[in-house]
Amino acid sequence: MTDMFRTPTRRAVLRGGAAAAVTALAAPAVLRAQPAAVKIGLLQPLSGFLAQAGDLARVGAEFAVKEINDAGGIKALGGAPVELVVGDSRSNAEAGAQATEELNSAGVVAIGGGFASGISLTATQAAARYDLPFLVDSAVADSITQRDLANTFRFGPNFSMATEIALANLVKLNDAAGSPAKTVALVHEDGLFGSGLAKLMQEKLPGLGFEIVEVISHPTPARDMSNVALRLRSLQPDLIIPSHYYNEFVLLARTLQQQRVKPKGIYAIFGGAASSYQFVKEYPDAAEGVFDCNHWGDPSNPIDAALQAEVEAQGKFYAYNAPINYSLVKVLAEAVEKAGAADRAAVTEQLASAEFASGVMPYGTTKFDASGQNASALPLNTQVQGGEIKVIYPAEYAQTEPKFPV
Amino acid sequence: MYSPLIVAEALLNGLMLGAVYALVALGLTLVYGVLHIVNFAHGAFLTVAMFGVWLAWDRLGMDPYLSMVLLVPAMGALGYAAQRWIIGPASRGADNSILLVTLGLSIVIQNGLLALFSSDTRTIDTDYAFQVVEVGPLLLSFPRVVGLGAALVTAVALWVILNRTDIGRAIRAVAKEKLGASLVGIDVAHVYAVTFAIGSACLGVAAALLMPVFYVEPNTGAAFVLVAFTIVVLGGMGSVTGALVGGLLIGVVESASSLWFGDSLGQIGIFLIFIAVLLIRPTGLFGARQ
Repeated sequence: MTDMFRTPTRRAVLRGGAAAAVTALAAPAVLRAQPAAVKIGLLQPLSGFLAQAGDLARVGAEFAVKEINDAGGIKALGGAPVELVVGDSRSNAEAGAQATEELNSAGVVAIGGGFASGISLTATQAAARYDLPFLVDSAVADSITQRDLANTFRFGPNFSMATEIALANLVKLNDAAGSPAKTVALVHEDGLFGSGLAKLMQEKLPGLGFEIVEVISHPTPARDMSNVALRLRSLQPDLIIPSHYYNEFVLLARTLQQQRVKPKGIYAIFGGAASSYQFVKEYPDAAEGVFDCNHWGDPSNPIDAALQAEVEAQGKFYAYNAPINYSLVKVLAEAVEKAGAADRAAVTEQLASAEFASGVMPYGTTKFDASGQNASALPLNTQVQGGEIKVIYPAEYAQTEPKFPV
Repeated sequence: MYSPLIVAEALLNGLMLGAVYALVALGLTLVYGVLHIVNFAHGAFLTVAMFGVWLAWDRLGMDPYLSMVLLVPAMGALGYAAQRWIIGPASRGADNSILLVTLGLSIVIQNGLLALFSSDTRTIDTDYAFQVVEVGPLLLSFPRVVGLGAALVTAVALWVILNRTDIGRAIRAVAKEKLGASLVGIDVAHVYAVTFAIGSACLGVAAALLMPVFYVEPNTGAAFVLVAFTIVVLGGMGSVTGALVGGLLIGVVESASSLWFGDSLGQIGIFLIFIAVLLIRPTGLFGARQ
């Protein structure tokens, strides 16, 4: 109570006065010329089989832009507003490179996004030709940041980081339940993302006491999972570890349900649907109990909830694409702010050296290492429980206890 | 090694998938048998039919199976019109030209669909898409059982039309001897168009059977037609029985090879068969020896 009636200190009065003076001086400038908008590019698949993911990413990015502009734009540039320029990668790598060229022509200072590994590889390379900084969102192939491209940074965790955490948590989950799971089947899409992950799993899982009974690959988009489900029914693995995009995950989960394949758990790593509310709401029975280790916003951050509300208000289902792209735009804007200029080289320099807030992602302070990888990126483990996606690991973000075996 | 039960189920799955392949192949082989050309627009027509099913569901809330009532006559009319007023006149009677006209038509249709619907994949969600029919220990997917049944009914209907009706006799007459047929008063241009209409109507049935379990985008038809070509070659160019048997066989081969080699390599068996048939028995299983 006493604080409320405390008389202002001399220092506070001076600060206020100074601020007022600055505002007064700045006002005529605003009348004369609005500072030029800072264009930030967003590359996402807005059509094709990944269109849904790209659409959510756009909502997240727009949310960030609105927030930045409402708070007065880029202060170092006299309050210049941020303008989002969206490029459509049409869900394929060639079109991704094309769209990057278009974003370059549009004069963006940096690009964020990419979404899929294959698209991100070609898009970052295309951007490198123009020394255009590119901050990759959720694409996980390690190779993206291992090509010595000075313009390429990745905000989210890569394969190696994520699988290490996913496997450690899997062991923790299994041990806590008295080690019910011994045999594992891997089901993965046969692109860069799925095959890379499956290869890594095949190297690591046996050392952790799991026996891999089968590795099944399928193309994306897949037409049918009946034979996959049949093989799984025949093998009866304790655990199924899937890694594929949304449609295939849904197809697999529903076919497993149809064929009455009931493993002790489905433990997805970057599962396309296990962290999407569309799957959870549309097929609650197939989704219940599914684990995922994936990009996910910090559930304790109020902006995360606001973002989810915004997505749902637009009649869409929430998934990680929104929070990660929201946060990514915030990082890029902060880089422009720190660079003090809408200049590509200066922004690249800042991304390579400075530290950034991580938006709603649970990354603490974002700092990119020499390869351009965000060293503090962290995936979260979730489980679908009672129709909600709940964080179960790590402890500092956990909302509930895991249920295993399911 | 898989248990016999699993293998049996995989083979049944293949049989049911093959039934839909057979439907696509039926139209193709019929047109080949009568007009002696390969209809390159067949795939594009299938895509049109699938978008038709999707539109009926999306705009009118029509069940995909029920939409056959609309689709079959509509596709028939489309096929008739395309042959009578586009392909026929544009080719000026030369077989080679017909081939090129159908190829051109397919490109126009595909890009038209791309402009209209963009490249998004579209699916239909039905309650029964993931229901199963239990036959003893076997769990059969409901839409596939329907597919198999409908394909068999369609094949029988087609056989009846060709063998028991006047238009069927006319079609067979034109197929055997065009000049002779026109001399006895058969309107060859009309028969050509009717053949196209029947082939396209089969696609209407195939589209309705596919949509509950599959997706559509402007290039979807092409994948099926590639398989359908293999079936037509395997069964014998122009043979209805061949298309049906070939379709079922190819479905089983695809299912079996995806069970043993994985889904990524599922179609490898099909194309191996394609090459083998061309080498060993170019006339196909039921094709007339020449």
